[in-house]
Amino acid sequence: MSTTVTASPAKNTAPRLRTPRKKHSPGKPKRNVLLTVLMALMVLYTVVPLIWLVINSTKTQAGLADSNGLWFAHDFALWDNIRTTFTYHDGIFGRWLLNTLLYVVLGAGGATLLAVLGGYALAKFQFPGKRAIFAVVIGAVAVPATALAVPTFLMFSKMGLTDTPWAVIIPSLVSPFGLYLMWVFAAEAIPTELLEAARMDGASEVRTFFQVALPLLAPGIVTVLLFTTVATWNNYFLPLIMLKDPDWYPLTLGLSAWSSQAQTIGGDVIFNLVITGSLLTIIPLIAAFLFLQKYWQSGLAAGSVKE
Amino acid sequence: MRRTTSRILRGIALVSTLALGVTACGGSDDDSDTKAVSANDIQTALDKGGDITVWAWEPTLKTVAADFQKKYPKVKVNLVSERSGDKHYTALSNAISAGKGVPDVAQIEYFALGQYSLTKGLTDLAPYGADKLASKYTPGPWNAVSDGDKVYGLPMDSGPMALFYNKTVFDKYKIAVPTTWDEYLDAARKLHKADPKAYITSDLGDAGLTTSLLWQAGSRPYKVDGTKLGISFDDAGAKKYETVWQQLISEKLLAPVNGWTDDWYKGLGDGTIATLPTGAWMPANFVTGVPNAKGQWRAAAMPAWTKGDKASAENGGSSLAVPALAKNKELAYAFTEYANSGAGVATRIGEGAFPATKAELESPAFQSKKFDYFGGQEANKIFADSAANVASDWSYLPFQPYANSIFNDTVGKAYVSGTKLADGLKAWQDASVKYGGEQGFTIEK
Repeated sequence: MSTTVTASPAKNTAPRLRTPRKKHSPGKPKRNVLLTVLMALMVLYTVVPLIWLVINSTKTQAGLADSNGLWFAHDFALWDNIRTTFTYHDGIFGRWLLNTLLYVVLGAGGATLLAVLGGYALAKFQFPGKRAIFAVVIGAVAVPATALAVPTFLMFSKMGLTDTPWAVIIPSLVSPFGLYLMWVFAAEAIPTELLEAARMDGASEVRTFFQVALPLLAPGIVTVLLFTTVATWNNYFLPLIMLKDPDWYPLTLGLSAWSSQAQTIGGDVIFNLVITGSLLTIIPLIAAFLFLQKYWQSGLAAGSVKE
Repeated sequence: MRRTTSRILRGIALVSTLALGVTACGGSDDDSDTKAVSANDIQTALDKGGDITVWAWEPTLKTVAADFQKKYPKVKVNLVSERSGDKHYTALSNAISAGKGVPDVAQIEYFALGQYSLTKGLTDLAPYGADKLASKYTPGPWNAVSDGDKVYGLPMDSGPMALFYNKTVFDKYKIAVPTTWDEYLDAARKLHKADPKAYITSDLGDAGLTTSLLWQAGSRPYKVDGTKLGISFDDAGAKKYETVWQQLISEKLLAPVNGWTDDWYKGLGDGTIATLPTGAWMPANFVTGVPNAKGQWRAAAMPAWTKGDKASAENGGSSLAVPALAKNKELAYAFTEYANSGAGVATRIGEGAFPATKAELESPAFQSKKFDYFGGQEANKIFADSAANVASDWSYLPFQPYANSIFNDTVGKAYVSGTKLADGLKAWQDASVKYGGEQGFTIEK
């Protein structure tokens, strides 16, 4: 299995690589200079903030104020900062981390599940009103979540759900983009003949879905999961208006609250903890990305082999 | 992104204000509150015990709440402290208009009190005994919390203005500490010439600073009489302010740094922002925000608009108020009184808060306190002096939070484009008049 996996992309890409090599000999890389420069700028643009974050999370509040942003201060306080981040205000950062995890597991997980079920149904079943649903989904993709936050707040307030974790989880379950992605993916990845064959063999619809369709959908599922996870992890505005009790804050809101402490009279200025907290916040996301990407790639290859 | 967010927040605030207006017309249940609540009633409530929720970001309240619970073991104070400023008011307005989840006690800055008291969002505390506390407080804060014989909150702290300056920088370039705003302008020029990286102060348009400076200059742009309003930036005080500040802007003598950002704290630390005209609560922020500049800064009296004039103004400061929808008003009042007038005051001053009570301001222990951060200076003398010289006839708009939110779209333009400051103030006036009219206020010309 693994040998076919590695062999197949090589087979696919080999001819494509050969053609450009013929046109541009290695001695004349002129045409690539502009592209290289652009790429380098792009890399700088994306990496510099990360480097800044790593460097500055090693500084104390005093060090932040009197040192250059892109180099280390005289003191190295990373471990101390991490410890303080987790102990400050009776360790509320840990609580926020758990809240975020809860929102991601239930919100992003649920959104992915719904998108998979819905996408599969829309791709593989014929029923009246499908065009209308298509229009609604496409329309929903175009509406930014921020614009829906206020009406959602009013609705949830009427239902008495504001200031509870449900106010964050339930809206996160809806992912029009994920649904659309799964729809398109299911239409392409699952040959209708395969489903028909399964039905001919007497498999129930549920069994067909779980045993035939689901494995084929794996790469799409991982992609949607990745998108919804990132969206839920970074969600700021929705929890901002829904939640008042700091015990239910996700990390985004908590860090912003810490940051705004610097703007209040007599407030404790803790930019060092905000920065360290931000670094700690993105680490799980980077980990999730790397971890899921592996599945994503192998999933893509597995799909291609089966065909 | 930040802009859209604040727009939407503003939208929510607007919706809530309207909703508040509607409820204010509908209900007259709060008439029952005018009945006096005796000290005995409050003591009974304290003995009986219960839970109160306090929404306040003031850091010293943590200790105060703990002490209060020690004294009254049956009372539980649930202090919710992670929100401040805009977000705090949005949450409060939303809760009031939804009629659910309203705290028993809320921290409300003086400039925002009018919005809540006018829409009957707050309990009149006079029947609880708050009206007898008037003489305890300095005139500025008391004027801010009271309206005739109604009292909408108890002053928690105050912000008589002072000029904080970086002595090291002033000494280095041999610049005298300005005592008038004209001297301030000269100092700004000298400093920027001597070191092009250094500025006399930073300002990119801050409604709080502008209104405080107008207040000090003797301008009274807002006249509030019930639902009748006058809004005009056309008096002599406003002219004085415009003249000086216009020159500071036009000659690019102000650091283009937004207040309260990390850049700002950095500027205060490295000498590129040399002075700060602000409230007397600032020392606490210096100590935690700019620890590296310890010993460099000093406090001085605010520069005068006319030589020899001692007029001062308030900047910032907040009260604790009891929302009309609070569940446990006796306990809520008891806590407010404890924190802002009783034993809590000493605790709070001990932790660096700046008092609004006369007794503390005038006490020798307070006045002779040496500030290590300011090189051992007895800075409280300057602050107390300023507090005594605050004119008490200033009023904010009943929708000041909204007015402040459009400050950068109007006056703020003068800082970033060729718009004149006077035109910016006129635009702010027009927009405020228009909004006030839409909210049902009668605007007097």
